[in-house]
Amino acid sequence: MLQLPSLETLNMGAALPAISIAAWACILLLIDLWIPKDRKILTVYLAAGNLVFAFIANLLVFNQSGDSFMGMYVADQFSGVMNLIIIGTALLSIVLSFDYLKRVGIERGEYYVLVLFVTAGAMFMAAANDLILIFVALELLSIPLYVLSAFRAPDIRSEEAGMKYFLLGAFASAFLVFGGAMVYGATGTTNLNEIAASAGMIIASNSSTSLFLLLGAALLLVGLGFKVAAVPFHEWTPDVYEGAPTPVTAFMSVAAKLGGFGSLLRILVVGMSAVTMTAGEPAVWQNVVAILAGLTMIVGNIVALSQANIKRMLAYSSIANAGYILMAVAAAGSPGLANEATRGALVYMLAYMFTNMGAFAVVIAVERANGGADLEHFVGLGKARPMLAIMMVVFMMSLTGIPLTGGFIGKALVFATTLNAGLVWLAIIGVLTSVVSAYYYVRVIVNMFLRDAEASTEEATPGYSTGVQWVAAVALGGTVLLGVLPTLITVLTDRVSLVASITP
Amino acid sequence: MTAVNEWAFIGIFLAVAWVLPAAPLLVSWIFRPRRANAIKMQTYECGVETVGDTWVQFKVQYYIYGLIFLVFDVELVLLFPWALAYNQLDFFAFGAGLLFIFLLADALVYAWRKNALEWA
Repeated sequence: MLQLPSLETLNMGAALPAISIAAWACILLLIDLWIPKDRKILTVYLAAGNLVFAFIANLLVFNQSGDSFMGMYVADQFSGVMNLIIIGTALLSIVLSFDYLKRVGIERGEYYVLVLFVTAGAMFMAAANDLILIFVALELLSIPLYVLSAFRAPDIRSEEAGMKYFLLGAFASAFLVFGGAMVYGATGTTNLNEIAASAGMIIASNSSTSLFLLLGAALLLVGLGFKVAAVPFHEWTPDVYEGAPTPVTAFMSVAAKLGGFGSLLRILVVGMSAVTMTAGEPAVWQNVVAILAGLTMIVGNIVALSQANIKRMLAYSSIANAGYILMAVAAAGSPGLANEATRGALVYMLAYMFTNMGAFAVVIAVERANGGADLEHFVGLGKARPMLAIMMVVFMMSLTGIPLTGGFIGKALVFATTLNAGLVWLAIIGVLTSVVSAYYYVRVIVNMFLRDAEASTEEATPGYSTGVQWVAAVALGGTVLLGVLPTLITVLTDRVSLVASITP
Repeated sequence: MTAVNEWAFIGIFLAVAWVLPAAPLLVSWIFRPRRANAIKMQTYECGVETVGDTWVQFKVQYYIYGLIFLVFDVELVLLFPWALAYNQLDFFAFGAGLLFIFLLADALVYAWRKNALEWA
C-alpha cells in the first residue's frame, strides 16, 4: 500500500503564513456573501487583517527554516523575505483598490478574495521546492489574476485584457508543465534538491537523457518567462496592463513578477546550478538567461520611449525591470555567486515593489482627477498638485536608478553581481539602457513641471482619497528609506542563502 | 533482450494498430455493391430529418450549469476511490479528502448564494 505521511511529518507550521492566507481566502469568500453591498469596507478590513496576521507570523518564523509537505515547501530566509515583499504588495494594493472600485462601480467582495488567492499563490511559488507545487502555485497565482484583469467587465478594454492574459497564460502554463515532464523524465524526480543531485551526473554522461533535461529546463524557462514578462515572451504585457483596472495592474506588475522570479531562482539555482559542461564553470543556462536579460532590457526600454499612455509606459518599464532582475538570475549561474546574486535580486524586487506601487498610486490619483492616464493628463500637475507631483518625481527617479532612491541600491547590487560573474557585456547593456530609460521617466517630470496646462484652470476635484494618499506616502517612505539606509533590508537579505547545501 | 527488440514491439504495435481498423474498411470497399441513389447518398441514411441550421445559439446560462456540473463530475472521480478505500486510510488521506470536500462545499455555497442554481 502507498506509504502516506502522518500529520506531524507534514510540518505545516513552517508554511503557516501562506496557508493562513489561502485558508482565509476560502472562508472570506463565504463571509463576504453575507456582507451587505454598501458595507464592503468590512471585507477590506477582514482581508487586510489576514495579511497583517500573515506578515507578523512570517516575521516570527523568519529564522526557523524548515520544510513542509515532505520537502515540497521550503521555508527559508529566501521565502521569508519574498513573503514579506509579497504580503506588502497585497496590503498596499488592497488599500489602493477600495476607493477605485467604488468610483468605477465594480465594488465586489470577490475582488479582495481573489487578491488573497494571488498572494497565497505567489508565496507558494517563492517557497515551492517541487515542480508539481510550482505548477499548482503558478495556477493559483495566475487564474485569479485573469479574473482580476477582466474585473471591470462591461468595459471592453478590461475584457480584452482578461481574455488575452488568460489565453497566453494558459499557453505559458502548458510550456511549464511540458518542461516539468521533461525534467521528470530525465531525472526521475520532481524535487528540486534531488534534481540538483542527479543533474550534474546526467549532463556529464552526455547521453540523450541530458538532452531531455536541457529541453525541460528551457521549457520551464519559457513558461516562467511569460509570467515575469521577459522578452520575447512579453507581448501580452502592455495590452493587459493598460486594459486591467489600474490597482490590478499595480498589483500584478509586482506580485506576478515576484512569484515568477521566486520560482525561477529556485529552479535554476537550487535545481539546475550543477548543470555545467565542466565542473567549476558557470551553469549552461547562464548564457541563455543573460541573452534574455539583454533583450528584455533593450526592447522594454526602447519601446517605452514612444508610449504616450503612462500605464503602457509603466508596462514596458516593468518589462525592462524584469530584464534587470534577470541579470541577477544570470549572474547566479556562476559558481559561488548564487547567494550574492539572489540577495541583489531580492533588494531590487523590494525597491521595485515600493516604487511601482507608488507610481501606480499617483496614476490612480491622476486618473481620478483628470480622467485618464495619458501623458497629457500629467501636464501641469506640478502646479495643480505639488505633493503628488513631487512623489511622482521620486518614483520616476527611483525607476531610473538615481542615487538616494531604492532603485539605485537595487541596480547597484545587481550590476555589481553581474560584473563579478564576468558578464561585462550584459552590465554595459544594463547601464546603457538605464540611460535610455531616463529619457521617458524624465519626460513625465518635464510634463508635470515645465509645461503648463492650457485650459485646466477649473478647480479640480480632490485628486486622491485617503487610501491612495497612504499608499503613495508609504511607497515614498519605502523608496527613500531604502535608498538612504539600505542596511535596513540587507540585514535581512544577507542571511538568504539558496544554495547552502550545494555550493560551499 | 536488446533495446532494438524492445523498440520493435512498438513498431509492431503501430503496424497492427493501423492495419486492424483499415482492413475491414478495405474489405467492405472491395465487396460492397455499388447502387447509389438519392436517399443512400444522404449524410444520415436513416433517422429523423434534420431541421434548421446547426448554428443555433444556446442560452448562456448553460455555461454556469456546465461549470457546476464539472465540479461535481470531478468530485465523483476523486472521491469514489477515496470512499472505496476508506477503511484502509490513515488520518492524512482522510484529512485530504475532507479538505477536498470542504473546498467543493465552499464553491457550492458560493454558487448557491449567488443564485447560480436558479434557472432565471
